Amino acid sequence: MAVFKDKDRSPSDRSAWDRKRHRQLVEESIKKNLGDIIAEESIIGQSKDKKIKIPIRGIKEYQFIYGKNTGGTGAGSGNEEQGQVIGKNSSQQESGSGQAGSGPDEEVYETEITLEELTDYLFEDLQLPDIERKKFAQIELEYKFKRSGFQLKGPKPRLNKKRTIIEKLKRKQMMKRDQAALEAEQTPERIPFHENDLRYKRVKEEMHKQSNAIILCIMDTSGSMDQTKKYLARSFYFLLYQFVRWKYEYVEVAFIAHTTVAHEVNEEDFFHRGECGGTYISSGYAKALELIEQRYNPTVWNIYIFHCSDGDNWNEDNYKAVALVQELCNISNLFGYAEINTNRMYVNSMRKEYNKFLSLDNFIMVTMNNKADIWAAFKNFLDKESPPGGNSDGNL
Amino acid sequence: MATYSIKELEDWNKKIEKLVQAAGLDCYEQHFEICSYEDMLCYEAYLGMPSRYPHWSFGKAYERQKSFYQKNLVGLPYELVINSDPCIAYLMQDNTLLTQILTMAHVYGHNDFFKNNRLFKRDTRASMEVDMFKTHANRIREYIQDPSIGPEKVERILNAAHGLTFQIRRHGSLKHSDQSESTEEVNHPIPERLKEDLLAYLAEKGNLTEWERDLVNIVREESIYFLPQIETKIMNEGWASYWHYQLLNTLGLPQGLHLEFLKRHNLVICPHLGRINPYFVGFKMFEYLDKQPGGREKIMAIRSEDRDQSFIRRHLNQELCAELHLFSYGIEGDNIVVTEISNEDGWKRVRDNFANSVGLGSIPIVQPLSVEKDTLVLEHIYDNRELELKYAQETLKYVVDLWGGKVELRTKLYSNATLIHCSEDKVVTVHNC
Repeated sequence: MAVFKDKDRSPSDRSAWDRKRHRQLVEESIKKNLGDIIAEESIIGQSKDKKIKIPIRGIKEYQFIYGKNTGGTGAGSGNEEQGQVIGKNSSQQESGSGQAGSGPDEEVYETEITLEELTDYLFEDLQLPDIERKKFAQIELEYKFKRSGFQLKGPKPRLNKKRTIIEKLKRKQMMKRDQAALEAEQTPERIPFHENDLRYKRVKEEMHKQSNAIILCIMDTSGSMDQTKKYLARSFYFLLYQFVRWKYEYVEVAFIAHTTVAHEVNEEDFFHRGECGGTYISSGYAKALELIEQRYNPTVWNIYIFHCSDGDNWNEDNYKAVALVQELCNISNLFGYAEINTNRMYVNSMRKEYNKFLSLDNFIMVTMNNKADIWAAFKNFLDKESPPGGNSDGNL
Repeated sequence: MATYSIKELEDWNKKIEKLVQAAGLDCYEQHFEICSYEDMLCYEAYLGMPSRYPHWSFGKAYERQKSFYQKNLVGLPYELVINSDPCIAYLMQDNTLLTQILTMAHVYGHNDFFKNNRLFKRDTRASMEVDMFKTHANRIREYIQDPSIGPEKVERILNAAHGLTFQIRRHGSLKHSDQSESTEEVNHPIPERLKEDLLAYLAEKGNLTEWERDLVNIVREESIYFLPQIETKIMNEGWASYWHYQLLNTLGLPQGLHLEFLKRHNLVICPHLGRINPYFVGFKMFEYLDKQPGGREKIMAIRSEDRDQSFIRRHLNQELCAELHLFSYGIEGDNIVVTEISNEDGWKRVRDNFANSVGLGSIPIVQPLSVEKDTLVLEHIYDNRELELKYAQETLKYVVDLWGGKVELRTKLYSNATLIHCSEDKVVTVHNC
């Protein structure tokens, strides 16, 4: 006689561990693909709630399998004829026989994430290098008030009506029950609030240390910076800007656009306005220096400078630019130079000059040749893992 | 809420068991476990074994199955039965009474098949399997908890071994042979006994530590347990479906349940247009064969002797081919094109194509060929079907993990002899030759 067992199961969820590990691997795979996502999606200037669809190449379990061009056997309706086309090779329905299909495409599924989530993934492991270096820059204190539970006494404006009413209802129910127990006859018509019902929001004061940091974004907007190059530069700065906003509460960002002359511009103009003309890279640097002198005293501020250019400078300016980089490096935490080189044959490059004359710990150079390089460049500047500073002549 | 009581199930089971005996089916003791939807998903992910070692692929299987159910892409299985003695079957508690009755009858078909089919008898030991999986799981957990090993290293080897899980000897394990072989082995980098068993070869000759070797062997042993099920999918499901049909027809079901039975049964065995539903093909074949003179004895012998490939080759005749509307298809450019249909001309080719693609026929054979200057050379046994290149490249990296050095695969791509090379640091290159 067969044995029946009914729901004899332990409450433990035995697949939990394996599911968790699988999700972990999926998240790792998302992170690995982020570079592609940034490159593919025009996310610049999008609101943080925008949903982005990203295909997750599921964690595949590779084995030796037959290719897609393998035929098979099917059960038909009986009306099939030799030579009849019954489907397209890419479609999954028609393919596969016998074994449950294990086609290569099967494991691609899509997931939607918002730009905000994407930013979380993107910036999790990144930080501005050496941000804590200037300890005395953190002396500025700020009080922040945070709600934390409820209390019995407090100022009127902090009265929490909902909690207070709940307390009153509780008391009312208790009274009713007591009366039922005592078989008392009259229930009072109305139960007024009692002082003990009142609940106030409790507020905790939190002290915040503030680290003063300024990010100076310098962009070459000269004529040689064509649409693609500008797109690369702007994508880069967009990422940087998002990152800083995401990670640090009190970081200032200033934008400088330069051709042969430099201007401080606002965010809108920086990301959306085009200019043209020749190039004096030094003009951008001089402007940065000027701003620092006026507003961001290096003894107090952590200073980060990023410059995107195609490196196509007018020769007579090269010397001056190199000297200014030197000067800026002396007073900043990090100077990042990203050279945009969509045409690899370019010979006239600022990068070469810097390579020749500069060897500074906090000067980092990268090149960006195409969209896929943006993320790599970004990470090269800000990755926790990479040693801070260092002339990483990133060959990306 | 369940619409039945355990008592009712026991009563119906008693009647079914009587019929099972009368029909001459020969079963292990049967255990039924009623379980929830979540449990069912879990059992499915772990291929029925109540205790298996931890690996993310099972978590993936769970999530995938779950999302399929939620999107209604597939229905939940009514049952899951494992080859063990006693035979354990899980019934989902949300099934209707009729579904439970039908499932129980179906399970007895599987049970008889497990106990009597040659492949199961040869490659599995039903009374010890559940314990084997438990022992394996315990051993792997120990490795994971061992501070000198840990989860990452274990996962790396399991990933690699999983990639080669079907690259093992297909036709039963060899009898442990006499001494004469071992002298011959000295001169031969690929001993005869390991020639058709890449995973065993790597477990033995690969550059592995003891515990790594053990992991590979565990994966291989578990794979051997599952091979008979892969090799007899059509027969096994056909047999179980044929018997649930026979049993329920003579069970004396009340009319309402009987109608539900017919409906349910037709859903189980309906053809999937353009594909092969093993329940459909297997059911139709056994039904047809049982009707032939001497049919009952014959199908009993078939269920003992055959595997899907021989079953189709021997017993799928023109009449059946035509009745099932079987056809062969091929790929021409982007199109899937009917190449053969089951008429007088083509049915034999349809049958042969079909027979070659079932069971392990759906999985390419890759074997160790030689070792040249520390490079392990593998050969894909080419049968006009080409490997999926991307998958082959990635799988080669797993071979490198187990071999501990360079690996090379000889195959054909676009009808040209091709060599895929994977270096120690897993750089894969493809060469025409």
